[in-house]
Amino acid sequence: MKVLVPIKRVIDYNVKIRVKADHSGVETANVKYSANPFDEIAVEEAVRLMEAGIVSEIVVVSIGPAAAQDVLRNALALGADRAVLVQTDNEIQPLAVAKLLKLLCLQESPRLVILGKQAIDDDSNQTGQALAALLNWPQGTFASKLVIEDGRIEVTREIDGGLEILSLALPAVVTTDLRLNEPRYLSLPNIMKAKKKPLEIRPAASLDINVEPRLITVRVEEPQQRQAGIKVADVTTLLNKLKHEAKVI
Amino acid sequence: MRALVLAEHDGHSLRGATLNAITAAANLGGEVDLLIAGHNARAIVKATTTIAGIDKVLVADDPIYAHPVAETVAALLIEHARDYEAILAAATTFGKNVLPRVAATLDVQQISEITGVVSPDTFIRPIYAGNALATVRSKDALKVITVRTTAFEPADNVTGRATISQIPAVNAPIDVQFVREELTILESPDLTSARIIISGGRGMQSGENFKMLEPIAEKLGAAIGASRAAVDAGFVSNDLQVGQTGKIVAPQLYIAVGISGAIQHLAGMSGSKVIVAINKDEDAPIFQVADYGLVGDLFKVLPELTASLSSLSSGA
Repeated sequence: MKVLVPIKRVIDYNVKIRVKADHSGVETANVKYSANPFDEIAVEEAVRLMEAGIVSEIVVVSIGPAAAQDVLRNALALGADRAVLVQTDNEIQPLAVAKLLKLLCLQESPRLVILGKQAIDDDSNQTGQALAALLNWPQGTFASKLVIEDGRIEVTREIDGGLEILSLALPAVVTTDLRLNEPRYLSLPNIMKAKKKPLEIRPAASLDINVEPRLITVRVEEPQQRQAGIKVADVTTLLNKLKHEAKVI
Repeated sequence: MRALVLAEHDGHSLRGATLNAITAAANLGGEVDLLIAGHNARAIVKATTTIAGIDKVLVADDPIYAHPVAETVAALLIEHARDYEAILAAATTFGKNVLPRVAATLDVQQISEITGVVSPDTFIRPIYAGNALATVRSKDALKVITVRTTAFEPADNVTGRATISQIPAVNAPIDVQFVREELTILESPDLTSARIIISGGRGMQSGENFKMLEPIAEKLGAAIGASRAAVDAGFVSNDLQVGQTGKIVAPQLYIAVGISGAIQHLAGMSGSKVIVAINKDEDAPIFQVADYGLVGDLFKVLPELTASLSSLSSGA
């Protein structure tokens, strides 16, 4: 069974982002980038399914600038077989990402697409659902456990207040939540081996899909900064303040 | 301008988040209708007719909605989309699951988790886990929107006079089967809806020590959370994690215990109304965002806190 894993290159979660002085976006120059953490979980899950003998081929895909080859190389080092970069320097919004991924799915015919539930830059939480809709496939979002058996996938979903278990016919789209697994670390020998694995670069324009943004960013601002408050001397003072001043207990 | 809000319910009653989404819909400035997909939903429907600002309640009452899945609920919304200029839902796991499916099918770029309505086509939404706020204008004729519920007051559920309109179910030819649900019978409230949260960090030193938070949480009716450092160290499970890659929370009171205040943690909790930090390192960045800071050894402070809360609740 072939699995397709889309990966987004995002500003690393440890970076404190700064809003640009002209309020057009956030500062991206000289900032560390890495794979979207939820997508790393997706790669790890695909690799585990391969180790379990369920998956026979893993294709990883990224849509972004030339530098996104790095996150693809890392995924290859973790165990993916080959990579495709749909290269563009333009902003590609989730609906357009889903359209590009749909095209790749039609060409690659995976039985399963696993991707992160959301990217930690735009926090949209849409791409998996949108892709499932465009392909007319079932979706299992916010997955914390996957069981594949007899042409179906049982997805345990993290929902508000607990878990929901759905059984989806394959092919299907699954989006990952935090508890699905803990991604392994890269090993140096695997990084070296990954350099020999195929990475195909396709200009986004060559796919002939309208990826024009539908949301125009008018302005980006810093949220109101919190001010440091006061230090209290002891527990009694603290509880007093919380009860009588802040009135929250 | 006519907006349709997708109601969320548990089979028995409407979830409160729907009322916040209705307020956001009303801010668009036009009529607001509500859509309920459920089975034997009469009680839920009846309770919604008094919601202020709702014109019509569309009800699809059918066994296929006994456990509504995204595929069928999306098909129902899509069927009625042409009558509306906006479709909204609360940005809960339910709304987030369904609405992008509706948007993509209708070739619309959804606007996720709005925290403000600037005009009927322009919205404010947090990006980078709330570290920046983007104002975005949608070029789509139809707006598909999820709503961050903590940013909008709930609509009142007393003064409205909505009419009920039954609509037929719409089958989605997609093979998804509901297997079962495992809802946590919560002894403490859910992190994302808790009024008070007490979280532990690396300073807790062990999973065993997290038990020290339990009596305090119980007295305050608080949920227990953790920083990523505490999760990575294996003290507690992932689902307790508050932060950029964990849960984004905005309670009335957030108590950070032994948490230094890494960016990725602050991203998940800085929307809290009141923040308390307890840490022995007075230079810890958490104090920069805390309304009340207590510099001290948590292994001394926590037992004192437990004792003081006991005497507080016994009326002393």
